Amino acid sequence: MNVLAAMSGGVDSAVAAALLAEAGHTVTGVTLRLACYGKTPMSPRACCTLDAIDDARRVATSMGFPYHVIDAEDVFKHRVMQPFADAYASGRTPYPCALCNQHLKFGDLVTRMELVGADRLATGHYARVTEEHDGSRALRRAADLEKDQTYALALIPYAVLERVVFPLGDLHKAEVRAHGERLALTCWDKPESQDLCFVPDGDYAGYLTNTMGETRGTAPGEFVDTTGRSLGTHRGILHYTVGQRRGLGVASSERLYVVGIDALSNTVTLGARDALEQVSLVTGPVNWLLAAPPAAGTRANVRIRYQHGGAEATLHPRSDGSVEVRFEQPQAAIAPGQLAVFYAGDYCLGGGEIAHAGSNRDFASEPSEAGAVGHVA
Amino acid sequence: MIYLDHNASTPVRPEVAEAMHQALRDLGANPSSPHRAGQQARAAIERARSQVAAMVGAASEEVVFVSGGTEGDHLVVIGAAMACRAQGMAVAASAIEHHAVRGAADVLSDFGWTHHALPCDADGRTQASAIDSLPEGTTLVSLMFANNETGVLQPVAELAARAHARGMLVHCDAVQGAGKVAVDAGALGADYLVISAHKFGGPKGTAAVIVRKSAPLEALFRGSGHERGRRGGTENAAGIVGMGLAAEMACRDLDRESERIAALRERFESRLLEAIPDAVVHGAAAPRLPGTSQISFPGARSDYLLMALDARGLCASAGAACHSGGVEPSSVLSAMGVGRDLAICAIRFSLGRTTTAQDIQGATGIVTESVSLVRRTQATAVSLP
Repeated sequence: MNVLAAMSGGVDSAVAAALLAEAGHTVTGVTLRLACYGKTPMSPRACCTLDAIDDARRVATSMGFPYHVIDAEDVFKHRVMQPFADAYASGRTPYPCALCNQHLKFGDLVTRMELVGADRLATGHYARVTEEHDGSRALRRAADLEKDQTYALALIPYAVLERVVFPLGDLHKAEVRAHGERLALTCWDKPESQDLCFVPDGDYAGYLTNTMGETRGTAPGEFVDTTGRSLGTHRGILHYTVGQRRGLGVASSERLYVVGIDALSNTVTLGARDALEQVSLVTGPVNWLLAAPPAAGTRANVRIRYQHGGAEATLHPRSDGSVEVRFEQPQAAIAPGQLAVFYAGDYCLGGGEIAHAGSNRDFASEPSEAGAVGHVA
Repeated sequence: MIYLDHNASTPVRPEVAEAMHQALRDLGANPSSPHRAGQQARAAIERARSQVAAMVGAASEEVVFVSGGTEGDHLVVIGAAMACRAQGMAVAASAIEHHAVRGAADVLSDFGWTHHALPCDADGRTQASAIDSLPEGTTLVSLMFANNETGVLQPVAELAARAHARGMLVHCDAVQGAGKVAVDAGALGADYLVISAHKFGGPKGTAAVIVRKSAPLEALFRGSGHERGRRGGTENAAGIVGMGLAAEMACRDLDRESERIAALRERFESRLLEAIPDAVVHGAAAPRLPGTSQISFPGARSDYLLMALDARGLCASAGAACHSGGVEPSSVLSAMGVGRDLAICAIRFSLGRTTTAQDIQGATGIVTESVSLVRRTQATAVSLP
């Protein structure tokens, strides 16, 4: 194979590229320079530093393959950062890693493969691509289920599957580190990256306002209960996410959670835990990792956030490309902006951004009706 | 592989490598030691000193060996500014100087100096008349001999005359000129000249500052009297020997080589412009170094293009080598008034001693193919709002 290997500077993508080179494939390493590379030192956990470029370059040098840095600032800014800010400003909780994979690694970078004559794009994702009996490709969960990253890959174009290779799909993290050590890759014991690459300290609100200069979603507004009664003042909707319990600053006899965020009225609805539960959701346009959308009523296991264990549900594709997901059991904290990703066994069928919880948009957006939340559908 | 990145570094001449190998093997003593072994090492260094002096028409005692062009520029800019502190705390440099000169000026800024830039015209030539509007108290002006990106030769003699008339000292970074065209310290009129071995067939890590007689200079590295007190530190004997021989050989071949390389460059540019009519050769209207060609290919961003060129075995560079890989427009092109869209599509090709007619033929094909490839993939890439 002639492989273009995307390298972040971390151990996973380094080992992925190194294993391909070791196996005798023609490898060209590439790091996408995103918006976040600054001259100031950043957390060692962040993937986006000049140190990370040095680390990736060292791996390429030691494995003897060429390495390049591509500037992807513009694409990152328009396809990841801006939607990230827009989502928070509209009361959603975005999942930018999915957009980065969709538009950067498996979007823009795929179109650049030809520059080096590559027929495959390799990344360090924990996921597998298999060839099915009919010759089509499928995205499947990694052997290491703890590390499985198919959730973050759900939006990548279906057609790209036949052009990608995930060398770590059959490996466990410990084995990957062992390979890194065996191959004497300097980054083999680097700490795991936990947060978004561009917000390494996890302070999204601070990043949005201080770094991006975001002013939307920063105006204080009302906390209301599920009947619309005022409970106090919130600090601006971009400080909150559905399911959040800590840092609300509202005194109450019962534990309160954020159950809804409405950007239009600038209100954050708080409620007891059972008010968080919903039995259905509706997505935005879904990306299918299948030749055609499945039939209405198809059973699937659906994950509603990265760390979600998955819940049994049926899928009901709509004519506009969205899907209504009907769960067997109520699910807590279905946050608009996160992805709903569909699985059949270890096959990842696709996914889409959660537009709203509940089958009817009105129930999710009208605080006055939020008392019915959990009992609809 | 086709190597068209000689401005970044050019291969060491085999004879130079051999002489350095001998020096490493035979010159084991410290050149400052008074015993005969030390004297042998000293003699080798002094021979090299006169070879280097001869290259630029200077006297041997004017040559100070340093570790590279960056150190040389720092020694001159900081050392001269410090020596002239009493006359004022302002320095000036052309807007297209090498990063090494800007870095040295940054050091001075940290200690209270002000820094002024001399503009250049659209052809990349610094406007020497800008000297006349520099503030009183400007003690040193830096103007490179030839620009590293465009290869455009700078009006150093004219600037030196104007600067001297105002009592200013002149520093000329001749790193890209030495060994490619004749560099004559006397004719240039600069008070300080910097040249670097690895740009003309010598080793990396050795360079020289020519400090003209009576030009003041404070040493940066002190504590020992090396290089007449101008640069402390045990000499890099093998590197200096290599630099001396490389200087001598470059001078010997200079006329023939510069003519040969200029002809190859002309062929390269005319063929490329034929195949890619909208390509823009920067500084084409000005006199340039014979082997330097900086060309923008509109719509083919330099980072993509370099990757495509590299994959096809052609080594070139995007403006000056950039550590972070960011696509920033080159400051040289910006100073020339080249717009961002065109500037980020610039590639510098630089020919040298080992470049052949076959290289040029091969490179023309690779560049043409790669440019159309980058343009095509750009068209299919995600379009942005």
